[in-house]
Amino acid sequence: MIPCKPTGSKLKIIFLSFFVFSVFQVFAQGDVAAGKAIFNSKCASCHQVLKDGTGPALAGVESRHNWSDHNELLKWVNNPAAYMANDSYTQGLKTKFGSMMTGFADVTLTDIGNVVAYINDAATPKTPTGGSGGGEPQKTTNNALIFGIISLILGIIALILMQVNSNLKKMSDDAEGIVRPEPVPFYRNKIYIALLAIIFFIVGGYLVAKGAIGLGRQKDYQPEQPIFYSHKVHAGINQISCLYCHGGAWDSKHAAIPSVNVCMNCHKAINEYTKGPKLYRENGDEVDGTAEIAKLYKAAGFDPNNPNAWDPSKAQPIEWTKIHNLPDHVYFNHSQHIRAGKVQCQSCHGEITAMDEVKQVADLSMGWCINCHRQTKVDFNYTDSTGNKFYSIYERFHNDIKAGKMDSVTVEHIGGLECQKCHY
Amino acid sequence: MSQNKYWQSFGEVNDPENFKKMAQDEFHEELPFESFDDKGLLDAKAPRRDFLKYLGFSTAAAAIAAGCKIPERKVFPYGNKPENMVPGVAKYYATTYVQDGDVIPVLAKVRDGRPIKIEGNDLCSFTNGGTSARCQASVLDLYDMYRLRYPQHRVAAATDTEPAKFEEFPTFEQADKAIAEAMTAAGGTTVLLTSTIVSPTTKDIISKYSGLKHVQYDADSYSGMLLANEASGFGKKLPSYNFGAAKVIVSIGADFLGTWLSPVEFAKGYSKGRKIDEKNPEMSKHYHFEGHLSMTGSNADERFTHRPSETGAVALDLLSMINGTEETQTIKDEKLEEGIRKAAADLKAHQGQALVVCGSNDKNIQIIVNAINNAIGAYGTTIDWGKPVNYRQGIDSEIEELVAQMEAGQVGTLMIAGANPSYTYYNAAKFNAALKKVKVTVSFNGKMDETTEQCEYAIPTHHYLESWGDAEPKAGVTSFIQPAIHPLFKTRAYQTSLLKWSGNDADYDTYFREYWTGKLGSDGFNAALQNGIKEDEATSGGGSYSGAGLAEAVSAVAAAKKGSGTEVVLYQKVSIGTGAQAGNPWLQELPDPVSKATWDNYALISIPKAKELGIKLNNDYEYYPQKPLVKITVGGKDLILPILAIPGMQADTIAIAVGYGRNDASGVTAAGIGQNVYDLVQYNGTTVDFAVSGATLENTGDKYKIAQTQKHNSYENRKEVVRETTLKSFKASPTVIPDFSNKLEEDFYNNSGGNFRGNATLYPDPETRMTELRWGMSIDMNACYGCGACVVACHAENNVPVVGKREVLRYHDMHWLRIDRYFITDENDADNLKGVVFQPMLCQHCDNAPCENVCPVAATNHSSEGINQMAYNRCIGTRYCANNCPYKVRRFNWADYTGADSFPNNRDQQIVGKLDSVIEQMNDDVTRMVLNPDVTVRSRGVMEKCSFCVQKLQAAKLEAKKENRMLQDGDAKTACQMACSADAIVFGNVYDEASAVAKTREENKNRTFHVLEQLHVLPNITYMAKIRNVDEDDPHWGGGHEGGEHGNEEGGHESEEHKADSTLPSATHVEESEH
Repeated sequence: MIPCKPTGSKLKIIFLSFFVFSVFQVFAQGDVAAGKAIFNSKCASCHQVLKDGTGPALAGVESRHNWSDHNELLKWVNNPAAYMANDSYTQGLKTKFGSMMTGFADVTLTDIGNVVAYINDAATPKTPTGGSGGGEPQKTTNNALIFGIISLILGIIALILMQVNSNLKKMSDDAEGIVRPEPVPFYRNKIYIALLAIIFFIVGGYLVAKGAIGLGRQKDYQPEQPIFYSHKVHAGINQISCLYCHGGAWDSKHAAIPSVNVCMNCHKAINEYTKGPKLYRENGDEVDGTAEIAKLYKAAGFDPNNPNAWDPSKAQPIEWTKIHNLPDHVYFNHSQHIRAGKVQCQSCHGEITAMDEVKQVADLSMGWCINCHRQTKVDFNYTDSTGNKFYSIYERFHNDIKAGKMDSVTVEHIGGLECQKCHY
Repeated sequence: MSQNKYWQSFGEVNDPENFKKMAQDEFHEELPFESFDDKGLLDAKAPRRDFLKYLGFSTAAAAIAAGCKIPERKVFPYGNKPENMVPGVAKYYATTYVQDGDVIPVLAKVRDGRPIKIEGNDLCSFTNGGTSARCQASVLDLYDMYRLRYPQHRVAAATDTEPAKFEEFPTFEQADKAIAEAMTAAGGTTVLLTSTIVSPTTKDIISKYSGLKHVQYDADSYSGMLLANEASGFGKKLPSYNFGAAKVIVSIGADFLGTWLSPVEFAKGYSKGRKIDEKNPEMSKHYHFEGHLSMTGSNADERFTHRPSETGAVALDLLSMINGTEETQTIKDEKLEEGIRKAAADLKAHQGQALVVCGSNDKNIQIIVNAINNAIGAYGTTIDWGKPVNYRQGIDSEIEELVAQMEAGQVGTLMIAGANPSYTYYNAAKFNAALKKVKVTVSFNGKMDETTEQCEYAIPTHHYLESWGDAEPKAGVTSFIQPAIHPLFKTRAYQTSLLKWSGNDADYDTYFREYWTGKLGSDGFNAALQNGIKEDEATSGGGSYSGAGLAEAVSAVAAAKKGSGTEVVLYQKVSIGTGAQAGNPWLQELPDPVSKATWDNYALISIPKAKELGIKLNNDYEYYPQKPLVKITVGGKDLILPILAIPGMQADTIAIAVGYGRNDASGVTAAGIGQNVYDLVQYNGTTVDFAVSGATLENTGDKYKIAQTQKHNSYENRKEVVRETTLKSFKASPTVIPDFSNKLEEDFYNNSGGNFRGNATLYPDPETRMTELRWGMSIDMNACYGCGACVVACHAENNVPVVGKREVLRYHDMHWLRIDRYFITDENDADNLKGVVFQPMLCQHCDNAPCENVCPVAATNHSSEGINQMAYNRCIGTRYCANNCPYKVRRFNWADYTGADSFPNNRDQQIVGKLDSVIEQMNDDVTRMVLNPDVTVRSRGVMEKCSFCVQKLQAAKLEAKKENRMLQDGDAKTACQMACSADAIVFGNVYDEASAVAKTREENKNRTFHVLEQLHVLPNITYMAKIRNVDEDDPHWGGGHEGGEHGNEEGGHESEEHKADSTLPSATHVEESEH
């Protein structure tokens, strides 16, 4: 028995702080999430947060130049050429990285704020918030788990204390000679049982619902492929355009995996992997790049010693494992997004240029699609010279923009959230 | 004057009281519900515990099924990708549909290497992109699992119990060797028996095959016409007909819109004369004389019936009246005489703008028809001898000669391609016996049909979508065939076999290419292949009319034996034709335009004949699919067939469709469906006759179920669905329809001060919910002839499932688009048929849709482009929407027709009931290759309906975006619109004033109406009222009928509706006067 009786007010404080903390968390995430979406769709093709890529690393951006003033940053992002004309710092950047940043005329001040929030969030090293050491090896803190553990511990403590309380009461009653009916043991206490049932129902319902929603989703799916093909080496280091291999994304609903003869366009000449960084599988094993190229030759029926004898028509298809799977009742068209929507590949596929083995970054859920359709602006022809002429038909929006009633047209405005835009 | 009545079923016209009562009863059959009688719940057959057990099990099963690891999916890119091929992008190849003499230039839509849809080739001047139902369905034939898959030879002949046994030839070389050896050993003459060959290269190959005798035989023979034209000085040819140039058309039993000669071309021309310019309403006049009610007859302005044996007499009297006689010579029937008089007068008044066609296969009758056409100046105006056609050139006497030679043992080798005489020949037993006397028999047919079963060697040929080739439908017009897919099975073009066996080692592909590059040069050949069609100017004058044979023909016809008793006429269904494509599930499930029956043939009988047989045409007759079985005895043969009574039949004529009753080897779709009636055909020494007289009928008292699709889609007696009138009435009061609409709006305004369109709803004005794109459709009922090409096109484009006869019987048919057929008869005489209206009925995409607001899960809702959208994966199958749809166009997947369910073999369920084996055929892996990958395959338990081909609309928009341009009118077309050969359907953005659909509505204001407009569902489909070119007043077309009691109110606005009704040009009034 623990000879201690906590006051109710103490418990209250603990619970209260718990709630305040979680509410605060929710707010902070809202900003960051919006920023992340913009970052992925607009910045990620050139910038990384922590490392230099095509452009500089963005971590600590506010501490550099006069970027702490978001208005300045906005001017730069909206029209880099004009800004650079009389700014030596950005001129220096161009010299350092070899190219000027692409302008994003449609980015607003709020967007900048969101992106900066995201960058700051992503740049801060994450430390576990709770006292428990359980979640230590994970890079990102799983808040839900920690809160769960805390609640569980608190719950157990509360239970023990209540039991102690009742025991003490009984002892004092005994001492004072008050005769009370035999107390009901806690496992037959109806209030406890009811409470337990409710908790079980809520937790169980939550888990079932969550599990059901997640059915068929494969976020972070990273199967091992028959050939260790590194996107990092091809699209990252060697800067091969995505469309060189996945040309279907430009013309068709399917981006399609390149046929063996497309690989061979380059690999007829490149038959070993020596210059690039060492390659590792997820489990840490080192990969022999040259041996992987040999696997391609086997499929192609190509003999590097006798390259002229190669007959492309004898090439055998390679059996890749499909990573991004959509249900049959979803119609998704790559060319719609790439060509009409001008969306970057990285917006959905993540930082593919940094991946060796490809991993599914987005969960490809309907909520994820819809969210993007809500935020993404279409290539509207605000003036005669810019944007897609298809949108000339939307007179009402043109008038509203002229009248200043709206400043941009999103996919949602032109019906992008309706069922039969994707389901038919 | 008696009123007209519009009706779909006999119950409506003969027993309206009970009809209404029964219409309110949703289920016409006993439902399998168990009654909870005094035994109590637990003693019921399925007590609560069982229910809970099933519930628990199914939940657990679902959880396990869903919770399993997601299967790993593999992708196979090409090893070596062809240059012009992008996975996911459809390509179109110009080719030609050739079947049974029908030649239709088409485009094959190829997705990822497989043809999935047929479109018309609009570069062709005479079909102009039109197609037929059979042409649309032909893509499914490619994937027919019952096609022959390799060359084979017979090892055991068929016995009474066992079918013939065949064994595979491992290679074509072995087959060639075996056949060559057999042919040498056999000696005798070598004969090639085919249906008409329209291919110039094939003709060339045949002519170069030394010693080969070629016999052409067509199941639907035009010998009579060919011989008559020869006698009239034009040679043994058939001319081109120009229906578009004819102001007066008289057809004596020719179903030229459905099955006669070249219906696609004729429908195109015919529709030119049928479409009305409102400012000056004129249209062609169509007289029709026939024995049974055909599809073309249904579309006639004035239709007269006669016995089939009187065809000659009608033609003769028509000729003599044109030549000036006052009275008919042989026809005694007054009504018929009046009809002939009217037709003759009209023909005479339209010299050079008139046309007479006749469906008879009798040489003498056709000579008389030629004389009529000569007298009315049709030659050179509506009949073009400069472009004679090349199809249906078979002469009946030639096959007679061949059979005689075979019987005499003179034929050493018989090769058969594209013909099926063991089935279509009038005396199949005789043919089969003669075939046994031929030493070497080779069939090139693609399936194990009745003839192939009798042959020793089966060397299957390609489907046209796998072939190279050409077709010359008319002089100077060549349509090319190029493969859209690599041959699926081990088949070979039969021309290659002919080449090899005649000692030429080239295969047909090479031969064909060399033939045409020799003629056109390599660039010219490539251009011709790309266009698919090459048309030259008319070649010859084609001879001039000579009346030499006329006198003889007249006396022969005059002396012809009079028909007696009941006469049987054999006709072709629009869907099945001669039966060559009978194994096609889409065609079997396509309702016949007139009888609305699927999956069967039957005897069409007249209403008086039904009475004579003691059959009551009441509600029960219509409601229950069981139809009386009748024993028909004719020409020493008898057969037992179910009957269907329809109005507008000549009293003593019964009509039976050919093309049914196929062998088992032709596949589950056709085998055992209906009965073969080719053996009723008679040969008169010169030609075969498809009508026989002297039949007797006897009601057996037994019943047989026929699956009809009309009656269960009734509108609960709301008859404002169909609007039609006579040309005279339309001219006299053209604004009846707009007046009705205006009245609705006026009444609404007077009562509530609002706008009928915008305010008569709980919801915001639908217009404000729209973007500047709004899809709409206009359907011209004057140009819809009921052929059903659109229905099949919809099947192909939208993966609409086939359900089989058993399910159609339970009203579970899945057609997104159906064609409703309404008879217009005198209210007191259901047999006095004045016209038939065909109305394509599909989802109306209502802006104020009643289906949308009853869906508990919002699975059906409205898009900003005016489409009533259906999200299959959201649907939980309550079917509230279908209940609330006033047009009855929603279709529910009662069973797993498509194999799309998560659980395999979900079709085998007792609750669903047994499904026909055709479902298994449609779910065969090969057959499923026909599915359109852009459209979801629906699983069991969800609702579906017309989507306006949204996948095509989205594709058109994307294409415009990619090309950085605005959407143009015509970019987006629906499948039904593209299939229609008469251009009855116009579709587009109605907000675009320059679009065809907006213009059509604007220019045809007086005919444009919404079906059931007063319900205020605001459909996005408008119809154009049908106008019959009759010089008669239509009493209920705006004719000031004052109210009375209104049959059925749609809501609380009784008084408004009353006012509106006073101008309502519909049959509602008819019912009122009946009360």
